[in-house]
Amino acid sequence: MDVLIFLILFPLIAAILMLLLPNGKVRDTVVKIAALITAAGSVYLFVESFGKGITYVSIGSSLLGSVMIVAELALSLFIIGISIKFKHYLIAVLAVVQAAILTYSEHFTPFDAALSHEFFVDEFSVIMALIIGIIGSLICVYSVGYMRGYHEMHPEIKDHRKLFFFIVFLFLSAMFGVVFSNQIVWLLFFWEITTVCSFLLIGYARDKIAWKNAFWALLLNTVGGVGFAVAVMFIMLYTGDASYIYLNDLIAAGPGVAMVPAALIGFAGLTKSAQMPFSSWLVGAMVAPTPVSALLHSSTMVKAGVYIIVRFAPIFEASLTGAIIAVIGGATFLLASAIAIGQSNGKKVLAYSTIANLGLIVACAGIGTQEAVWAAILLIIFHAVAKSLLFLSVGSVEHQKHSRDIEDMSGLISTMPKIAVMMLIGMAGMFLAPFGMLISKWATIHAFVNAIPPFGVLLIAMIAFGSGITVFFWAKWMGRLIEVQGTSDKPLKHEATSNEMFTLYSLAGLTVFTCLAFPLISRYLIEPYIGGVYGSVSELLSLNNILIMLIMMVLILLLPLSIGHFGKGRTIKSQYMGARPANAGLSFAGSMGVTKEVTLSNYYIENMFGEKDLAHFSVVLTIFLLIVLAVVVVLNITGVVIGA
Amino acid sequence: MISDIFTSYSFICAVLFVILSPLVGGIIMGLDRKLTARMQGRVGPPVLQPLYDIFKLFEKENIVVHGSQNFWVFSYLVFMIVTGVLFFAGGDILLVIFALTLAHVFVVLGAYSTGSPYAHIGAERELIQLMAVEPMIIIAAIGLYEITGSFDTAGIIQSPVAPIIFLPGIFVGMVYILTMKLGKSPFDLATSHHAHQELVKGLTTEFSGSTFAMTELAHLYELIFLLGFLFLFFGLAAPLIGILAVIVVYVLEIFIDNATSRVKWQLALKSCWIVTVVLGCVNLFALYLI
Repeated sequence: MDVLIFLILFPLIAAILMLLLPNGKVRDTVVKIAALITAAGSVYLFVESFGKGITYVSIGSSLLGSVMIVAELALSLFIIGISIKFKHYLIAVLAVVQAAILTYSEHFTPFDAALSHEFFVDEFSVIMALIIGIIGSLICVYSVGYMRGYHEMHPEIKDHRKLFFFIVFLFLSAMFGVVFSNQIVWLLFFWEITTVCSFLLIGYARDKIAWKNAFWALLLNTVGGVGFAVAVMFIMLYTGDASYIYLNDLIAAGPGVAMVPAALIGFAGLTKSAQMPFSSWLVGAMVAPTPVSALLHSSTMVKAGVYIIVRFAPIFEASLTGAIIAVIGGATFLLASAIAIGQSNGKKVLAYSTIANLGLIVACAGIGTQEAVWAAILLIIFHAVAKSLLFLSVGSVEHQKHSRDIEDMSGLISTMPKIAVMMLIGMAGMFLAPFGMLISKWATIHAFVNAIPPFGVLLIAMIAFGSGITVFFWAKWMGRLIEVQGTSDKPLKHEATSNEMFTLYSLAGLTVFTCLAFPLISRYLIEPYIGGVYGSVSELLSLNNILIMLIMMVLILLLPLSIGHFGKGRTIKSQYMGARPANAGLSFAGSMGVTKEVTLSNYYIENMFGEKDLAHFSVVLTIFLLIVLAVVVVLNITGVVIGA
Repeated sequence: MISDIFTSYSFICAVLFVILSPLVGGIIMGLDRKLTARMQGRVGPPVLQPLYDIFKLFEKENIVVHGSQNFWVFSYLVFMIVTGVLFFAGGDILLVIFALTLAHVFVVLGAYSTGSPYAHIGAERELIQLMAVEPMIIIAAIGLYEITGSFDTAGIIQSPVAPIIFLPGIFVGMVYILTMKLGKSPFDLATSHHAHQELVKGLTTEFSGSTFAMTELAHLYELIFLLGFLFLFFGLAAPLIGILAVIVVYVLEIFIDNATSRVKWQLALKSCWIVTVVLGCVNLFALYLI
């Protein structure tokens, strides 16, 4: 399993190389090669670990333990330093608290006391590694072309591309670290690196708003980091067994031991996966260049958050703690979807839809049954693929149209047909049957009907409403893309750079591929993982339904062939204009000889789905839920401490 | 196993649905127009008029505004049939609901693709209607599952007790949103089938000839599917009462259609959601208390 260590170290080496290479062709080529090797590495890991279940890996050097302590200290100092420099003292205080808690715990139970299986890989890690390795690498390739254009478009922003590629590869390295770490302190270390990386990427433009949003993200994630540190302290000081510092042992120990750490780490997961009330950092993160958004939203960062919550799902099953986390997720799904209706900024719609989908994943993990975990992992996969495709497409459109507003994407199918079709694929992937997300939503409903009453009913109601809302905001965007008013628009010869197009085609292909291959993904990756964790696997998806979905999928892929047939023998006329057309175009003859041009726009229903009111409401609601969660955790801790 | 769904019985049901729906749906639609005419003091067209209309439309010239619109409408028809086939073959009811949504998204996209102002507004309104009714339909499916223990319509219909006994709220909620699904007043916001409102037909403004015939055909398939959905609340435990109830509900819908005037979409959306929460969610919640 050397490939596991390779996947963590290789992007790190690539990252350092990026700092040394100047802007230009050489660096661009190195980025592509490094991306290719990373992707190949993750595929190799999949092949090598196939069918082997859980495998442990140890580096077996106590030296590395000390290296990590130094690196962790440096990381804390960096956070403290930069937040003091920019006068964000609260972050500095939180970072100090976190460092103090860790040092205190380490003082009692040194890390290297039991260096035996600090890394592991199982099917879930492999799935995450494939997402990080393939999608993350594709985003790197896309960035090569995009960032060049970005700096041509924004001459006022200083060119920090060296740093950019350094951070991106560091980010990938840290993400591999997160999904392979078995030792929880290691996990926390990689976790913190992703926090700092996202902070630096969000602040890439280094103007006022970029710094503001970057520090906001840092603050919220540091709050989560403190929760994580408290979990480490609790494990070390109160569980009475040093082996619980290993994730697999902790989860195997069951709710009796693991409930408190699971809740605290789950809390950290909520901040990282941008669940309400912490969601604002992810919305603010869209000030960064588009590849950063794609990275944060699809394969890294937020996925680390849901990854850890899903890991702890067996602990949450049928518990009050789990139910509260599930309701936070469900509320986030419903409210973030509702907010998305009112947005005309394409990236903002994508951001809120990410938050909503993560909410669904969190809800599944909180319920924690086999079916729910199955649905959650499928959601992670489908969301990563489709959302990265959508973000990157919007980025390329923005370069051509100089706008990310949905209203400006009207008739995109005639001006940028290739990218428009890929956006349609991505959106269909997000909400339409029989595409991926819908399969998961269907599985989610199946999972919730049997979940602990009355939370199950509550969650079902949230999904039922959220589902209708999702249809509305995606379909109206799709409609905008294909709404062609004139006949004069000619397709652009050059829609985006070849690097960008390569990535977009690959992701569109992956979206369709995962939809067709999901029964295999389920059979060979997800079910073995669930079997390993729960001891048995019940039948999650009947063959009938798989067949029906595949038939529908094939039908959807075949239907576009009919366009050729319908192209024959037709008469093209202009639109009906209430019998008062002024000329061939879309204009009315008004009174007093005035000609009125027709302008169409979508409904945003801001008086019902306004961002401000809904966001305010959701923050209040979820903070209340968090307080309830805190009370439950404190009661649990008291129980454990008194019991000890 | 595969055999479950492709048993000869469900296969026959699916084939009958595909073949008979246009005929039966056409006759129901014809009776609807006849009854409507009588309520308005007119004689009304022959009962088979809706079918004559469709045949006539297929003969007409193929006029389009935009090259791709026929593709979307054709996909709409195809997936409306898929929805019904899944339903009558005893498939998973949630999949049926999602296929229905997919079909409607296709017709909405067809309307958008024309770039016409009237079709645009129709498309937006149709989407609002989709958003308004979807929660109730999903909750109805969950309610049926809670009573019968099955997500498959084949299992639901064989329930020994009629689900309506436990799901009165959900049934009334379904009847409420049925008005919208059938495109009847006061919820005929997106388009309407009836002469008294077809000056500008919203969603379908730019569809003509065989394309328009396809949307009409899809309506007939949807009508049969929706009535079948209502029948599930009675199932084989009370088949005669079920058929009677479906007829009563449909006549009621015709009466409402003629007795009310169109409401604003804001009211349509809000009232559907409120009904869903008050009748649907509360009914579902009450099941746990029993």
